[in-house]
Amino acid sequence: MTGSRKLLIFGGMALAAFGMLYGLQYALFVEHQTLDHMGGSLAQSFAAAATRNLGQSQAALEQYGDTKYDYVRQLDAHSHWIGLAMLMIVLGVIFERVNFSEGIRQLVAFSLLAGSALFPLAVILQTYHHGAMVLKALAVVGSGLVIAGLTATAWGFARPRTTA
Amino acid sequence: MPPISRAFPDRASVAPANSAPAFAPMSARRLYVFGGIALIAAGLLFGDIFAVFILHQNAALQGEALIAASRAVAAGNAAAVNEVFSHLGNVLEDRGTKVDAHVHMIGAGYLALLLALVQPYIALSRPTKKSLAALFIAGGVLLPLGIFLIHYVGLAGSPFAAIGWASVLADSAGALLILVLTVQAWGFWQYLRSRQISEPELPAEDSMPSRALLTGGTVLVLLGFLHGAYYAGTLLYEHEQMETAILQRLINAATAGNLDAVTTEVNNFGGLAGARAVNIAAHSHIIEFGLLAMLLSFVQPFVFLSEKWKRRWVKVLLGGSVILPVFVLLELKLGLLAGGIADIGGLMVIVALMGMLVGILRYSGGLDVENYVESNAGEGAR
Repeated sequence: MTGSRKLLIFGGMALAAFGMLYGLQYALFVEHQTLDHMGGSLAQSFAAAATRNLGQSQAALEQYGDTKYDYVRQLDAHSHWIGLAMLMIVLGVIFERVNFSEGIRQLVAFSLLAGSALFPLAVILQTYHHGAMVLKALAVVGSGLVIAGLTATAWGFARPRTTA
Repeated sequence: MPPISRAFPDRASVAPANSAPAFAPMSARRLYVFGGIALIAAGLLFGDIFAVFILHQNAALQGEALIAASRAVAAGNAAAVNEVFSHLGNVLEDRGTKVDAHVHMIGAGYLALLLALVQPYIALSRPTKKSLAALFIAGGVLLPLGIFLIHYVGLAGSPFAAIGWASVLADSAGALLILVLTVQAWGFWQYLRSRQISEPELPAEDSMPSRALLTGGTVLVLLGFLHGAYYAGTLLYEHEQMETAILQRLINAATAGNLDAVTTEVNNFGGLAGARAVNIAAHSHIIEFGLLAMLLSFVQPFVFLSEKWKRRWVKVLLGGSVILPVFVLLELKLGLLAGGIADIGGLMVIVALMGMLVGILRYSGGLDVENYVESNAGEGAR
């Protein structure tokens, strides 16, 4: 097994396991409370408006917006970690069909692995610092690494066979 | 015993010569491939039925609930507001459990195909592998079934305060899948220690259908990534801000008793929810179909159809994989017409999967007959 395949298969398995464990702890300890809080905030916002307490209504609506911002990102990070990991494992099985030298294949594999780990991590970190530009930039870099890696992979599949 | 004639004499003409030892009848790999493709096809069919008969009706119910909540706000009735939100929770659970059942069934199918690929590297006995495969497919069926039933069974007859029997079924099936994966991981660890594969690897086929699925699948995944990056960069934050802004305007209109403005804002809310839903659905479906195409490229050596039919099914699958996400996106501009075309795209993928499944069934059937003939001939000679 070549180094690039090892990187993709073992990296993918580790990332999938991490993503699943992260999802499991989130589902067990955080998700239900978050969903209750999100639904409760929206209901409270409308109920406060019914009693003409507009200040409380607005505060509850802002809470709803903040909670949903976090919830969407937690779910996205969890699903993207596992999804990207599955893609890396599948690519790992057939990576010798990417018709580049092993050195370039290792570079592409590293780009896929680094981007797949970094992109969801930056998304999760945004829940601690809403709207932070550094974290948005980090997410862009992560997704850029994955897109660049996959573009190179598609190109490698389409190239005529010149290397093993 | 009289000799048994070959039931499928033309089978050899479409059979790859080197595939038989890797795909013995009733092997774990065969169970994973059959079960995986069947789970994916069933999950897609369920998703199509859900999209046609439930999705839009459910969205209308959500809009009605928001209007009812706004009327209760206008009337100054906080108790009625809470009652409406309780009902809204029920509507959302109905939608959510169906989406989850669809996603989990397809996800289990993908995992089954992935496990079929790695079986040579799982150092366990054949009967153990076969039992694990049967357990995995059973778990893959029971998990989405349990999720689907959550909305209908509720807490009826449950000894638990917050968990119903359907949730227990879904959680148990999920635990079964984790157990199977854990044993597979242990088998992989055993392989790493011995470095000896336990069965022949899947033959590498360099045919047009395999290459088209592999390249097409990679391109689909790439397009999905590019669309996701575009959505996250240009629309995600805007949509998030719009949601709270619309809700704020809705509450203000309800407080002022302006029911016309309430209706307008509820429509805006529905439009925003639709825009988010179609973008997320297009992003996830095109990537899923890309991954499916890549996985199917591995099992092409076992699709016992003529080259012409294999090419046809590949074209239908890749065509449907493009049509569905593109027309899901166009639903915002073209409405239900685009939705209908998207459903046809989904149906094309299902039909192509069924066609390939038939090809795999033809293969194993032929081998079963050949083995039966050989074993009977051996007995006759004795």
